[in-house]
Amino acid sequence: MGVELPAGKAGLTEMEDVNFTDLEVVRFVRDALTSFTMGDRENYEQLIGVIHHTKNLAPDEVALLVTSLKALSGAVSCFDNVHHELLSAIFGMSMWHYSPDVMDALVELIIALAAASGKYIDSCLDMLVRNFMPPYNFLELLKQPRGLAKKDHVLDRVHSALEDISDLIPLAPLRLKRIVCDKMPHSSNKEPMIIIYAENMLRLERSVMGELVGDMMLAAVVDKLIDLDVEIEWEDILQDDSGKGIFEMELEDVEETLDDADQEGEQLPREYSSGRSFRGNASAEKLDSMLVLMFEHLKTCAKDGRLAKVFETLLESFQITVLSAYKSKFSQWKDDEGMSRNLVGSGVMNPEVGTSFLGAVSLPFPAPCRGASLPVLLKNEVTMSAVAYLASYLSRAKFLSVSFVVKMLQRLVGWCWNYCENQDGTINPEAHRVFYSGCQAIMYVLCFRMRSAMDVPRLKSQLFLMPIEAILKHPLNSLKVCLPSIVEEFLRQAKAARLFMVLETFVFNDQLESELSRAFGGMERLDMFFPFDPCLLKKSDRFIRPNFVFWSMVRTTYDDDDDDEEGSSEEDVFEDFTGGSGENVVDDAMAASYEDHDIDLDEFDYSMNKMSITPKNSLKYRFGGELRGGAMQMPSRIRPSMSPESL
Amino acid sequence: MTSMEGMKVSEADLVVYVHPSKSHKVSQAVLRELSSLLFKFSETFDGVVLAYEVDVQSKKAKILSGIYPYLGVKLQAKLLLFNPKPGMLLEGKVVKLSQQSIHVIVLGFSSAIITEEDIREEFKYKIKHGDEVFASTSNKHHKIKVGTILRFLVKSFDEEILHISGSLQPTDTGSIRWLYKHMEDSSNADRSIKKREESDGTQDAATISMNTDHRHKKSKRQRSGEHS
Repeated sequence: MGVELPAGKAGLTEMEDVNFTDLEVVRFVRDALTSFTMGDRENYEQLIGVIHHTKNLAPDEVALLVTSLKALSGAVSCFDNVHHELLSAIFGMSMWHYSPDVMDALVELIIALAAASGKYIDSCLDMLVRNFMPPYNFLELLKQPRGLAKKDHVLDRVHSALEDISDLIPLAPLRLKRIVCDKMPHSSNKEPMIIIYAENMLRLERSVMGELVGDMMLAAVVDKLIDLDVEIEWEDILQDDSGKGIFEMELEDVEETLDDADQEGEQLPREYSSGRSFRGNASAEKLDSMLVLMFEHLKTCAKDGRLAKVFETLLESFQITVLSAYKSKFSQWKDDEGMSRNLVGSGVMNPEVGTSFLGAVSLPFPAPCRGASLPVLLKNEVTMSAVAYLASYLSRAKFLSVSFVVKMLQRLVGWCWNYCENQDGTINPEAHRVFYSGCQAIMYVLCFRMRSAMDVPRLKSQLFLMPIEAILKHPLNSLKVCLPSIVEEFLRQAKAARLFMVLETFVFNDQLESELSRAFGGMERLDMFFPFDPCLLKKSDRFIRPNFVFWSMVRTTYDDDDDDEEGSSEEDVFEDFTGGSGENVVDDAMAASYEDHDIDLDEFDYSMNKMSITPKNSLKYRFGGELRGGAMQMPSRIRPSMSPESL
Repeated sequence: MTSMEGMKVSEADLVVYVHPSKSHKVSQAVLRELSSLLFKFSETFDGVVLAYEVDVQSKKAKILSGIYPYLGVKLQAKLLLFNPKPGMLLEGKVVKLSQQSIHVIVLGFSSAIITEEDIREEFKYKIKHGDEVFASTSNKHHKIKVGTILRFLVKSFDEEILHISGSLQPTDTGSIRWLYKHMEDSSNADRSIKKREESDGTQDAATISMNTDHRHKKSKRQRSGEHS
């Protein structure tokens, strides 16, 4: 049966004139394929020619291409290894070059090929994944509506094809996830490429295949975020001038900074101008855009009620990657932000999710060094990292209720108490690192939350019942080891709240760290590291801001009670310190009387100026410390916010 | 009632090497190791492992000397294996149908294709009420469409992709529903004997495909129960 078509060149070219049925065209193509195996190349090569023809197709050429592709899908069972030339031509096609009808035909062919035999499944998936990204010359077009429409056309088809393939080949997603991760563009790739690829990964996560590939997609995106983060050099952040930069790290000042820099003619190449505080750093911008993408994705997940599920995955990747990557600059920052805050952040953060996050973070804490075979050192660092996260989160997350914070604090205090009860040594920053970081966490959280806890009688009495005093006065003497600025701030507040008194006078002078805290790890170690410090990335900041407690928003126990209007008291502080008389610092700060609960502005002056006298040569060093170090930040955050939305 | 070929249960004596870092949760580590076998073709077992049930032989594990003192845990496992060989009859669900091919999924994970050339003459491709079907010309109630549970002959099996190429040439292949009604007593007698020998403990294909997951989970639960 079947119509014998004239062999030879006539075949394909004639198709436009003569009305062949689909079936006839299929038979023709099959013949071309089989006769090629027997040595007749003519029709076969013509087919390849049609496929290769991509540029400026005339309508009749488009029709020919569509017909050929459709016919090929009917002939997939005739494909064999000898047809590798034709196959590679097909797999080399970029959907971005074609009109929707060609795309449809191509997708149909790819699906048919994938299902025809196990041999082609990987190549098919690979081809579809490559179409996640447009050709380079398309990037400009993507900024226009026309380009965006194209993007939708292509990606909708790519994803529906992936779904169709997984319907036919149930194990395809397992292969797909490997391919997607392998093909992920390197961090040095252009930003739009990385972003569009990540967008596709998250789309997969949302799709019906998400069940199978989702966790790997999320983990890969998180890994990429960390990669990008690690690539940001501290030198890149406002590397140019003076210690002034330290204060400018606060977002609300960013614009100012830029102006200053402009005036001084120190600007970096303008192509990155939108990077603001990260001028000149493409990685920061990529990171920023990726974060926005992630936040949007989490928002959608929340809307679909999948938040808890996604959260689980993120949590796992947090535990595996982020916690152990403690050295990476502020990736921790980001990822976590991504995880809890804005998970939460998008306003959906139900307490449940937050609690499980906290549960996980605090989990490693009570059980340090369990894995006997692992180097204890490593384990300690992870634990300390977890404690830093916990402290930072409890302090900075606006949506956490005070009672919850106090509950978590109770656990922390409980652990520290157990620890020091069994110790009879004296100060040893190296040996008791985990304990010290625990103490520091307690103090840090209390700096942020003491006032609000004191306002609730029930919580107040809980706080008074905690053995905080006993822990801090234990011979291990954590007050001398933890970061001076945290200790100072804590002691001031504790004194004002009558929670805790020290008889000893602490004189830290103009030090970023005490001698002992240096031994404990100092600036380059975890004690300086508070992951949820204010966000420096411009675009993603908007997701975080609404749920974030800036230091400028914190009411301390020594704040004047009548001065409840937000910001006004801080305004004063601001005024005062900018007018600053930094010289007459009261050195024996702790000895000064606070009984009257008044704000000692000199005290603030002191801390503020202390920051700004950063010697130039150590800028980079301090910078790193500063950003991560809650210590330095706390005082600097006392500056009132310039932008209203931070309040 | 006939059942599907290509399934068997194997008893295996295994030693799982557990990393010392997992020494406080050995049973979990063992299960994880076994789970890594699932849905992959294993030459050792000569089949795709679909489910397992383990029994740890003794509480003692051999410690291997070396930089990392791995623990060798001996166990006995019952493995449900799937290894279709050419000539076997398999059953699966039709998921897509076109003039050139019928796509089938076996046991919910393995994909199979039957191309035009391997569909016997009796079946003709038609579009009925908008649905694509292969209808038999000799028995007008014998139809194959999307959703049909199909019995087909294995032509080849790609062990890496777990992809089956099948055929509908033999007369005892086609829609199961129709075959059950019409072919019960006749041509299947000899096959069922052979089947009983080969696949001890196999279940009805549909049940297995639905229960694989469940069985797997169940065995996990049992294990953790024993150890806690």
